[in-house]
Amino acid sequence: MKVMNMVNAVNDALDIKLKEDRNIIVYGEDVGVEGGVFRVTEGLQAKYGADRVFDSPLAESGIVGTAIGMAAAGLRPVVEMQFSGFAYPALNQIISHVSRLHNRSRGRYKMAMVIRMPYGGGINALEHHSESMEAFYAHIPGLKVVIPSTPHDAKGLLISAIESNDPVIFMEPKRIYRAIKQEVAEEKFTVPIGKAKVLTQGTDVTIVTYGALVREVQKAMVMAKEAGISVELIDLRTIYPIDKETIAASVKKTGRIITVAEAPTSFGIGAEIAAIISEEAFLHLEAPPKRVGGFDTIVPLPRGEHFYLISPERIFYEIERTVKY
Amino acid sequence: MFEEYNPINEKIFRVIDNDGKVINKKWMPEIDNERLVKAYKDMLFARTADLQTVSYQRQGRIYTYPPNYGQEAISVATGMVMRDEDWLVPAFREMGAYLAKGGTLKDIFLVFMGHEDGNVFKNANHMLPMSVPIASQLIHATGIGYEIKYNKKKEVVYAFCGDSGTSEGDFHEAVNMAGAWKVPVIFMIQNNQYGISTPFKVQTASKSIAIKSVAYGIAGIQVDGNDIFAMYQAIKAASDYALAGNGPVLIEAMTYRKGAHTTSDDPTKYRTKEEEDAWDLTDPLKRMKAYLISKKLWSQKEEDALVVEFKKEVERQFVEAENYPAYKIGDVFGYMYEDMPDDLKKQQNDYENFLKWKEARK
Ligand SMILES: Cc1ncc(C[n+]2csc(CCOP(=O)(O)OP(=O)(O)O)c2C)c(N)n1
Repeated sequence: MKVMNMVNAVNDALDIKLKEDRNIIVYGEDVGVEGGVFRVTEGLQAKYGADRVFDSPLAESGIVGTAIGMAAAGLRPVVEMQFSGFAYPALNQIISHVSRLHNRSRGRYKMAMVIRMPYGGGINALEHHSESMEAFYAHIPGLKVVIPSTPHDAKGLLISAIESNDPVIFMEPKRIYRAIKQEVAEEKFTVPIGKAKVLTQGTDVTIVTYGALVREVQKAMVMAKEAGISVELIDLRTIYPIDKETIAASVKKTGRIITVAEAPTSFGIGAEIAAIISEEAFLHLEAPPKRVGGFDTIVPLPRGEHFYLISPERIFYEIERTVKY
Repeated sequence: MFEEYNPINEKIFRVIDNDGKVINKKWMPEIDNERLVKAYKDMLFARTADLQTVSYQRQGRIYTYPPNYGQEAISVATGMVMRDEDWLVPAFREMGAYLAKGGTLKDIFLVFMGHEDGNVFKNANHMLPMSVPIASQLIHATGIGYEIKYNKKKEVVYAFCGDSGTSEGDFHEAVNMAGAWKVPVIFMIQNNQYGISTPFKVQTASKSIAIKSVAYGIAGIQVDGNDIFAMYQAIKAASDYALAGNGPVLIEAMTYRKGAHTTSDDPTKYRTKEEEDAWDLTDPLKRMKAYLISKKLWSQKEEDALVVEFKKEVERQFVEAENYPAYKIGDVFGYMYEDMPDDLKKQQNDYENFLKWKEARK
């Protein structure tokens, strides 16, 4: 075991896979020499050479487009979008080909690639550095979308993602890149894609969240406990394919559900989960499903971002209202 | 000029050398002394403000900031030619051009202190907000160029981008369309040799950026971007050319980002002291100052006094930005639409109720 933060854990997963499989190619803007703007790929070029870990030209469409060609030809690229807010030039390649080539070629061409991207707010950044676009990717048929909330899960999920023959959008909650440290096994292990995790058992209300918000919900749970409310906490870990069973089983037990996500609330992950619950656990509900989420606005610049970010108080406020409903 | 310095010949356009001596008399511009000194003062102001902003950032008084240090001649020369009716389409590293347009340091500070209001640049006519998604803004410049041509106006668009930005598809679409439509856009590419840590040679196999103009069938030129005389001449020629209806011009201004990419970046990770020292010899202020001193138009004494004054002015505007009215919830919602949907009103209202609840709990 070794104490790691999420940056170390992602680096470790890349390191393990680069060592194991010479088809793995890691690239993106400033990924090679500098080791990425968040230092996630630090040291990997020195270890594996500039033909396996390198700086690409500043061209997101180019990065993802070349990854498609590489994957079609049998390599397994793991590319980085420097920030999720700069992945948009690549959307044409992602939507038109990454998600489709397998189907279009009737399975002849596998799109075994991972597109990593730091995402989310809370780092006092310039415009375009704070968005949460997971619902957008989840809405594209043909992609898997994964979001870890701990260093352990980041390592295990990324290894699974790299080993998946399907394309995976791997979104890293950059606000907690260095904020959470924990003991992580040094050897290789995987965390399965498509499986949520019940982090805390509870009886009054189920909260489903993911990424950096897990920690905020845990803070709200301290307030809830003081108020005598027992919360069952589920970390989604994979956005798509979504783990309906775990969510539905929990709601059948608690009768109430709150989703917490930083992204704009309308048409988001919370809406999808509310629909799942209506379909799978309707008769067990004692209160309407509640979405705690970002406003349907642009994420404000730092001076206004505190309004947008979801505080533990706001989560607790909704917990209380849902339980008292 | 665009024939003599056709980028195909790989000849860089330069007027003064590193010591401020005129080496290209033919192209030495005739600019009256007052204007010359003003240009130098503008560069000095930009540099003073820039260095001071980096130190404010170190004190935690402003967030991430992208320094202009070393690149001042390009935007100040642009400001010398750009008129009130001309358009400025910025990236985010051309302070001198914002100031020339009527933008203020306070506006710039507000943006990097995290307030959208800075990006209004309310005193700057025909200037778009800064654009962070690299190269995307260049295409908007082409669109503005279309409006100018359509309405038969006598205006020019100045569109800024960095060297790495030319790797984005958007750069190519913008330049190609501007050429196809023959619209009056000057693409001002600041080649400061790096995109964050990535050196120019990683971006392209092209000898230069200017040479790409040849393929797009438009005028282009590679200029010593640290030579304000050359920059002024090239921009003036480009402006005349575009105003005469000849279409766009691609200017590649060779310079060096003396500072970090942003205050979150550490250049020692990817470049050498030797390289920095070599570029230091080409510093745009040093060169113009040597020229002005040789013509007895400037002195170190004047400079020292002026810097003291400038520092006070920078501090004054910085403090004004710091004391800008507090952000309100309405600032989050108020500008999303001209006609705010009811659902959004409800979200704001719900949030205000939460704030009341939070207040009452205290
Ligand atoms: C589309 C896009 N991708 C990535 C980024 C992150 N980023 C910000 S600045 C930068 C480098 C830009 O280099 P260059 O175009 O040479 O301009 P410079 O910053 O040197 O002025 C990068 C990669 C971005 N802002 N937009």
